[in-house]
Amino acid sequence: MMQPPIETELLSSELPDIEAPHGALPEAVVQGRSPYQLAWLRLRRDRVAMVSAGTIIFVILLALLAPLIAHLTGHGVNEQFHHIGETPDGAPKGPNHIFWLGTDDQGRDLLVRAAYGARVSLLAGLIASAVAVVVGTVVGLSAGYLGRAIDTVLSRIMDIVLSLPYLLFAIALVAIVGPSLKIAIAVIAFFSWASVARIVRGQVLTLREREFVEAARSLGASSRRIMFVDVLPNVLAQIVVLASLLIPSAIVFEATLSFLGLGVPPPTPSWGNMISGSENYYEAWWFLLVPSLLLLITTLAFNLFGDAVRDAFDPRGEMLGNRGKE
Amino acid sequence: MTAQSDQPGPSEDVLLRISDVRKYFPIRSGSLFRRDAGSVRAVDGVSLEVRRGETLGLVGETGCGKSTLARCITRLYDLTSGSVVFDGQDISTLNAREMRPVRSNVQMIFQDPYGSLNPRRRVGSIIGDPFAIHGTASGADRKRQVQELMELVGLNPEHYNRFPAEFSGGQRQRIGVARALALRPKLIVCDEPVSALDVSIQAQVINLLADLQREFNLTYIFIAHDLSVVRHVSDRVAVMYLGKVVELSAADDLYEHPRHPYTGALLSAVPIADPDLSDSRERIILVGDVPSPTNPPSGCRFHPRCPKARHRCVEDDPALEPQFVDPADHTAACHFPVADGEDLAAARPQLAAADRADDAVDPDLSVLHGSES
Repeated sequence: MMQPPIETELLSSELPDIEAPHGALPEAVVQGRSPYQLAWLRLRRDRVAMVSAGTIIFVILLALLAPLIAHLTGHGVNEQFHHIGETPDGAPKGPNHIFWLGTDDQGRDLLVRAAYGARVSLLAGLIASAVAVVVGTVVGLSAGYLGRAIDTVLSRIMDIVLSLPYLLFAIALVAIVGPSLKIAIAVIAFFSWASVARIVRGQVLTLREREFVEAARSLGASSRRIMFVDVLPNVLAQIVVLASLLIPSAIVFEATLSFLGLGVPPPTPSWGNMISGSENYYEAWWFLLVPSLLLLITTLAFNLFGDAVRDAFDPRGEMLGNRGKE
Repeated sequence: MTAQSDQPGPSEDVLLRISDVRKYFPIRSGSLFRRDAGSVRAVDGVSLEVRRGETLGLVGETGCGKSTLARCITRLYDLTSGSVVFDGQDISTLNAREMRPVRSNVQMIFQDPYGSLNPRRRVGSIIGDPFAIHGTASGADRKRQVQELMELVGLNPEHYNRFPAEFSGGQRQRIGVARALALRPKLIVCDEPVSALDVSIQAQVINLLADLQREFNLTYIFIAHDLSVVRHVSDRVAVMYLGKVVELSAADDLYEHPRHPYTGALLSAVPIADPDLSDSRERIILVGDVPSPTNPPSGCRFHPRCPKARHRCVEDDPALEPQFVDPADHTAACHFPVADGEDLAAARPQLAAADRADDAVDPDLSVLHGSES
């Protein structure tokens, strides 16, 4: 499938091709590039995209290398250093040569905890958005393509989910089953898929009227095949954009839940519960700043990268995925 | 696309027989509580036979139901009523699964070479689709077959991995032809296959279709609104007006002896390359648009626009039957058919005021076509 088309170009001039519009032109000019290859090339030239991609990679490395950081500093993630990590009256200590980013109220190393917190944030963000995108895409495709009663039922479900107060829902759920990362991810995914489904459905509604869908039907293709082979590739660009914008909102969502004590239960660190823990220590600016700043640059980088992906897919500068219209 | 030398009998070797096919599209109003507010009668009682190996041309104005009829034959639409018998099998009531084996025998070429190819998929997989869907070939075998097809329709097989956007309109239509041909169908319904192409490219695609017909003994239903194209390719021609066939004949006979005033008007609109001849010819200008198929005119549907309309045309729907001394296979649905040499341009309708008022009674029509009636 993905053979380089270079030899192709040389051969095409030898064959009598009446309609070839490039008979006399140098053949190397024409090169088969998929819309994704073109988008990738545009993305590569976008400086903001590359800087935010670098930031994202930095955060991912931070998360992956968290055990290494803990090993190098010799500070366990939940290890409390009451003597060296706290002031005599039990307050956090600022950044110094032992604790590079300072300590928290229990004398734990903020650097190590921030790195482990990145794991939680990224895990929640990526898994929840992945689930939301997959569910939303399948639901949106089904509603848009199959139509009729299926569309009515699925669309009403989307309306209901979108109108639910998510925080109340999350608080109520946690009250019943207790806080955990799994529950947090489930809640985030549950409240994110509907917006994906709605946008995908809208796209599919226009695509299903196109002649190539009719052509596939006249060949005897099943509805499932048409949905996934013919229609899906045409909404994939929008889905990629949606996913890249969903990740930061899922990360913030997880931080919110953890901040409220509805996400990852302590002592497991997450940026949200680290911010929450810093509430009572106004004078210890590093305690609040480290997790907040990490959260900020991560979501900012994902958002900017998502915007860049959107621009890369649309050379005319139009809005993809109907954001802002909703 | 050559005229057949040995004329088969009327019932002999019929590949496709459609009887009294109707397709009504319901018009619904209200978003929450839907109710039917009439229907668009896109195809309203069409009966045709298509013989094996022939090309049946289907002409008519935009909106006369040609494409809808094509989609009824290929069962992209479910019929409202009537039957479609293909190769001895009634396919009008088959469900999607039962249709699958039939689909490999009835294929379609679409009008828009830009819309009918999936822009996100490579040409090789588009043409390979029929093999994938029917599970007849896979892997390297499929690729080989697709490349053979590409060569057959005059495409460079090395362009297997390109996207449709990298081809010209004519090349794209060749891709559509290759896809339709992949399963070696018996019948191909060509829905205005050249309307969207440049004139020079039209000839290439038409010649390609003719070559393929000879090579694979294909039967075509060829839809077009360009009468000169249809004459060139067709053995027989059916003229449609507002969901009905108004005249059906061998191609040359139709062009030389048009019987229905609508056919006459259509033919007079065909451009003639010779300016002297063109000047001397009378053009019959039809007034108004095709009436709304939601509520078609009574009697003969053409009567509000017909230069020869009489009182009987308003009341009585004419049957499709041979006129004058025409051969049995030249039928026209007209009470007052056009005789050879008759000057249609000079004809004036003779309708009583009451007949015209009849047309205006219909509230839909008086709103939509108020100025005409």
